[in-house]
Amino acid sequence: MLSHIRTMWLVFLHLFRKKATIEYPEEKVKLHPRYKGRIVLTRDPDGGERCVGCYLCAVACPVDCIALQATEDEQGRRYPEFFRINFSRCIFCGYCEEACPTYAIQLIPDFEMAEYRRQDLVFEKEDLLINSQGKYPGYNYYKVAGMDAGVKAKGTGKNEDPPVDIHSLLP
Amino acid sequence: MPTIRIDDKDYEVRDGKNLLESCLALGFDLPYFCWHPAMGSVGACRQCAVKVFKDEQDTRGRLVMSCMEPVKEGLRLSIVDPAAKAFREQVIEWLMTNHPHDCPVCDEGGSCHLQDMTVMTGHDYRRYQYRKRTYQNQYLGPFIHHEMNRCIQCYRCVRFYRDIAGGEDLNVYAAHDHIYFGREKEGVLQSPFSGNLAEICPTGVFTDKTLKAHYTRKWDLTNAGSVCPHCSLGCNIFAGERYGEIRCITNRFNSEVNGYFLCDKGRFGYEFVNSENRIRQPLIRGRLVDAVSEDQLLEYLRHLTGNGNIIGIGSPRASVETNFSLMQLVGIDNFYQGVNEDTAFLQKRVTDILESGTLRSNSLRDIESSDAILVLGEDIWNTAPIMALTVRQSVMKTAFSQTVQQISLPSWNDIAVRELTQEARGYLANAGTSGSPLDKLATHHVQAAPDDIARMGYAIAAHLDPSLPPLSKQENELTARTGEIALALSLARKPAIISGISACNEAILKAAYNIAWALKRMGKEVGISYVLPECNSMGLALTKAPSFEKALGRLERNTGTTVIVAEQDIYRCLPEEQAEMFFSKCGKIVVLDVLHNRTTERAHVLIPSASFAEGDGSFVNNEGRIQRFYKVYAPENNNVIEGWKWLERIGGGNERIDQLHTMIEKGLSQFAGISTEAPAAGFRIHGEAVPREPHRYSGRTAMWAHLQVSEPKPHQDNNAPLSFTMEGYKGIPPAAIIPFYWAPGWNSVQALNKYQEIPGGKLTGGNPGVRVLNESAEPRGDFFTDMPEAFSARRGRWLLLPAYHLLGSGEMSMESRGIAELSPEPYLALSMQDAVAMNATTGSTMVVQIMGKAYSLPLKIAETLTDGLAVVPAGLPAMPVLPFGSWVEIVKK
Repeated sequence: MLSHIRTMWLVFLHLFRKKATIEYPEEKVKLHPRYKGRIVLTRDPDGGERCVGCYLCAVACPVDCIALQATEDEQGRRYPEFFRINFSRCIFCGYCEEACPTYAIQLIPDFEMAEYRRQDLVFEKEDLLINSQGKYPGYNYYKVAGMDAGVKAKGTGKNEDPPVDIHSLLP
Repeated sequence: MPTIRIDDKDYEVRDGKNLLESCLALGFDLPYFCWHPAMGSVGACRQCAVKVFKDEQDTRGRLVMSCMEPVKEGLRLSIVDPAAKAFREQVIEWLMTNHPHDCPVCDEGGSCHLQDMTVMTGHDYRRYQYRKRTYQNQYLGPFIHHEMNRCIQCYRCVRFYRDIAGGEDLNVYAAHDHIYFGREKEGVLQSPFSGNLAEICPTGVFTDKTLKAHYTRKWDLTNAGSVCPHCSLGCNIFAGERYGEIRCITNRFNSEVNGYFLCDKGRFGYEFVNSENRIRQPLIRGRLVDAVSEDQLLEYLRHLTGNGNIIGIGSPRASVETNFSLMQLVGIDNFYQGVNEDTAFLQKRVTDILESGTLRSNSLRDIESSDAILVLGEDIWNTAPIMALTVRQSVMKTAFSQTVQQISLPSWNDIAVRELTQEARGYLANAGTSGSPLDKLATHHVQAAPDDIARMGYAIAAHLDPSLPPLSKQENELTARTGEIALALSLARKPAIISGISACNEAILKAAYNIAWALKRMGKEVGISYVLPECNSMGLALTKAPSFEKALGRLERNTGTTVIVAEQDIYRCLPEEQAEMFFSKCGKIVVLDVLHNRTTERAHVLIPSASFAEGDGSFVNNEGRIQRFYKVYAPENNNVIEGWKWLERIGGGNERIDQLHTMIEKGLSQFAGISTEAPAAGFRIHGEAVPREPHRYSGRTAMWAHLQVSEPKPHQDNNAPLSFTMEGYKGIPPAAIIPFYWAPGWNSVQALNKYQEIPGGKLTGGNPGVRVLNESAEPRGDFFTDMPEAFSARRGRWLLLPAYHLLGSGEMSMESRGIAELSPEPYLALSMQDAVAMNATTGSTMVVQIMGKAYSLPLKIAETLTDGLAVVPAGLPAMPVLPFGSWVEIVKK
């Protein structure tokens, strides 16, 4: 009996607290920048696609909802021929973002992606690619990678010596 | 078996091995780079350090490279010793100071030995903050991609390329920490075994360029064990599929067949599976709408096959099951081999010899362990490349074993043994119509006309066996060498004789038999190998069906006969006029095939059949080993199913391969054992099937989501104990059904160590495959005595012979872009003297006249060719089928 009264009293006290609920969708929720919502593919500072089609996001995905196919341009730069995320399976765990070695795939603070048809939750690269660097500005993978993919010549990257002259025997 | 003590525990190990091999065989994870089971130890990478203790009292111990330390009774070592572990980690750290930040875009990633070893040693953070060394890459041809920055200087590539494959155009250049592995100039790698660099290289310096064109990580491939469909050796392969396409071929180890290596045709010849030229829809031509459904097709065919006037043409590239099902459908008397009369005759000679049980049919492993080899009249470099590679290893190993007998040196100590052996080689005699790269290794090499090679063979046998009639005085200079060859063979413990049918000469086959039988009678452990043209030539020849020309005779007698052709292009086995005549005499023509070709154009009914990648079946290799290949993936297109399934459907039979095998054993006793070649379809381990997909397979719920967001049910496999999913038994399955190599911590192909009894030894539980041609316990035989007449050049006429090209002569492999790029243009080769006599030079247009038809070909002068022989490339798409082994007229245009 006493506990019932105590409960009612506590509920009564809540009348004077600040409201936690908001009038969504009229009022938008404020999310932290690191909130794990919609998945996007970002671009590097030079405007190129950051994704190099390494398949690490796909293999890290616990529900296997990412499928892609890597391809190359004439200069040897890798990019995804297609990049598909089945959001009807996605659990927004962010493992793909953690696995991504080029900061290409990022989860952003946006969750408004409900659809009436499940088929409409299958996103292709055109739907995922945004014209921004997202959360990690200034990083261009091909500038620090060893290979020449049309971004920088061999030996001109950060912390790289010029290519070895193999005809030289000097120490 | 000595006992060694590893980390205070005793283990029994095999004698004569090094510590690294022994530790790996015991299941320890010990990192290494430069050591390879097929190449021995050089101690270059310093990665496999362990601590060895002098005795029980010794607590300090000393660091040694385990690959350079022999096993000794009572040896004490520690793998987990802190100093040894720190040493191994530091070595990796040094290697990684220059290793580029490439893993995301490197094709090796996910199957990279360097990645595995880095994780294994525990090195996970780069402390070195300074600059990395860089290199320029080279163009190395259409098969191999070069990215030199990734090199860790283990020397495996040049050791494989030069020491194992005998190539000369890949080498190491520059000095100190600038050493460079590549060619002197950019260009196509010349060795036909260059593809193995992709597997040998522990990192991503050399990678598969054809895989790069549609790149997929190893963990994303659906795999199954398969058998290479490009030559008669039946090398074991893994084929990997993604998105309905075969993406790459990798080596599947079988210590009795291909060991660790594949040729470039086998590795890169897979693109026909993905070709635009595939047949994908059943057709009944001449209707308003040609394309028909399966039901319409079967109804039509049942009606067509019901009347009894029907024959079947089997194929040397169709599986044993397809040929048998066709034989069952049309009746055993109405089944013919889809090869021409000459080939059928030669193949019958081969099967007669091997089936008699007089001689052992050599496996490649037998050849490798032989100490003297005679190649008689077969260009194995081009017709059976892995056999040529094996012959090379045999010749080297014979010399090495002689070296290590003289001085106490373990055979795995590669550099020391090679250094001491210098230029010494084991015995090889190579006799062929044209020169071969093997000649460099051969003690004796002979270029002569086929008849003269056969005479030489007969003469060698006569030297070896006194019961043979002594040779009459021979004018021919060839016979001068026969005594030396006979002597070398008679001194050997285990001689091997290799021959084949590509010289189109029966006497050569007989001569090879005579030599082998003479050696057998001397008590030698001799074996014989006959190379055949196609992957299942032996399987077709063993059916003993009559040849194609017999079918032609029959069609002339009976009009309106329905002909079912299973997976053979008639225009590739007969000259055009004969093929045309054949088709004009047929009633309805039913063709099952993989790719569109000229025969499928003539078909009234065309049925798509599965390639080796989409189908189950078995091939019999030249040794007589039945080997099973498994369906790698189930194509979206339901029409693409195995030839035998279509034929069984027409006949209303069963579609279970196990039941079919039982019927084959009942119907054709020569295939007894086929039902034991692999575990039955119902085989399970702890109730689980073996998954075709690695447990890290990605994208299952998104791969096909653009078509239908609900995932389809995985395809069920009724014919194999393998599943098309990533769920199932994760351990090591029986050897015949291994779908890929993976072990915890070992993602690269080097995981193979865990699947073998000892590194380099046979697969755990025995190698797959069942031999059907066995030596009898009490062999009895006779010599052939019909020696041919010596070859003499004729005036104005030439003996036409085929030249097989590793890259070019294969019907299917030419669909691969890289192979087509490297294949030769048509030519006609004549000897220098013949060319001069006709006032022709290289490039002159020559006209070959055959049965009233003229073929123009550019001249190539072959220095070593015998006068009176004319050689043209066989099997090129641009080349007409010519009557090889016959005399033709040649004039200069």
